[in-house]
Amino acid sequence: MKTLLLLGLVTLVSVREARADEASIRLLDKPGHEQVEGACAVCHSLDYIPMNGGFLAPQAWEAEVNKMIKVFGAPIPPEDAKGIIDYLGKNYGVPPR
Amino acid sequence: MIDRRLLLKGGLGAAAALAVSERVLANSGEVAAPEAIAGKDPLLKRSYRPPNYETPIEIFQQDFTPNRSFFVRYHLAGIPDKIDAASWRLRVEGEAVTTPLDLSLEALRNEYEPVEIAAVCQCSGNRRGFSTPQVPGVQWGSGAMGNALWKGARLKDILAKAELRKDAVEIVVDGADEPVLEQTPDFVKSLPVWKALDENTIVAYAMNGEALPHFNGFPVRLVVPGWTATYWMKHLTKIVGATKPFDGFWMKSAYRIPVGKFPVVDRFQSQESATATPITEMVVNSLVTGPASARVGQAAEVSGIAWDGGYGITGVEVSLDNGRSWQPSQLGPDHGRFAFRRFTYGFTPKAPGRLTVMARASNRIGQTQVNALIFNPAGYHNNVIEPVDIMVKSN
Repeated sequence: MKTLLLLGLVTLVSVREARADEASIRLLDKPGHEQVEGACAVCHSLDYIPMNGGFLAPQAWEAEVNKMIKVFGAPIPPEDAKGIIDYLGKNYGVPPR
Repeated sequence: MIDRRLLLKGGLGAAAALAVSERVLANSGEVAAPEAIAGKDPLLKRSYRPPNYETPIEIFQQDFTPNRSFFVRYHLAGIPDKIDAASWRLRVEGEAVTTPLDLSLEALRNEYEPVEIAAVCQCSGNRRGFSTPQVPGVQWGSGAMGNALWKGARLKDILAKAELRKDAVEIVVDGADEPVLEQTPDFVKSLPVWKALDENTIVAYAMNGEALPHFNGFPVRLVVPGWTATYWMKHLTKIVGATKPFDGFWMKSAYRIPVGKFPVVDRFQSQESATATPITEMVVNSLVTGPASARVGQAAEVSGIAWDGGYGITGVEVSLDNGRSWQPSQLGPDHGRFAFRRFTYGFTPKAPGRLTVMARASNRIGQTQVNALIFNPAGYHNNVIEPVDIMVKSN
């Protein structure tokens, strides 16, 4: 079970890099990661992916990618969308229930 | 040290109806360094761009959340680096407005009666990260909220000067932030006219006695006491009196809850469908903030904050036996019905080891926190009673 320090946060913080920013985020180095990084990082930092990783089934990732394209207007052609969906489902997804 | 478990572990006798889970945890976000986001002390980073950062729990040991620790939440990454207060303008217009206005910050300060109100600004999805099953979105812990003393002009006074017509249906608000891509729906929200005309709804230019931090909406944001933060438009630039329901994505598709699922009173009728309705007022809730530890035989104090949608907190009960019995706590200073209300409960630990503390807030209209999550696909309105573990040291 993880714990958190209710007090003493400031001391924790001082050991961290002050320059930490989104350039430090690396997606899993698996086939397709460059395509995913290129498409998603146009509008948002890549931390959204691990943040939602580990609990979305592949079809939920597909729904997310489709939402980005259809609702938010991400300029991702259909042939690229499939690769992105596959990468996310495979590397950040969980088995379907 | 303090553990914040999502849900109870089970085997809890009278409280066995509570959901069972070992999955953890509240503030497990990455701690960003001071000034990782300009003008802010260390916050818990959820995402860099757009910036989403939450307030660490220990900050809530204070009744008012300092500006430098106040959470940051954006949907879209087209955020101005800086806004020049001298050239900023607030445009008031629309079909239901007779006299359009073009207000400078100076005019807003000088031409309208200044009012102050203490109010909680809480993201609709605060605690989304604790949903079971988990749902997509920013995985907030408990810190996507804050309580501040806001100062500004009443929206109703501005709308009166603009001579809002009787046929107004909604008041639409927009801010200076925008999407990265032109085709992405801009973050634009609307309010029912009755809520816009509520005397507590203000156009705020000060927060805790200072200018608003840039990432909390400088120079001016809408403050909608009682309602979730989605309506509190930051970097406010436009107020529109509309004669039709606003049909943008952020009203029609986002920030909606299933009809009839939550015990909310306020309705937004012009935006309701048969199955879904816009989120409105916050549900009654509390957060335990201490003690960090305790010692056998020595007086200790459970403390925390409680808040609701503006009906007012009437009591917070505390349980030290996994919900079998509840004792009333003492309420702290009353900063108004929209603000955090502190509670404290004194006790003397009898045995060493892990002790589970629970708090349950109630409000003036008889609502109380729930034992089991009211699941909804967007993870809104999580006010489940949280078990919080403290370590009792032997004497």
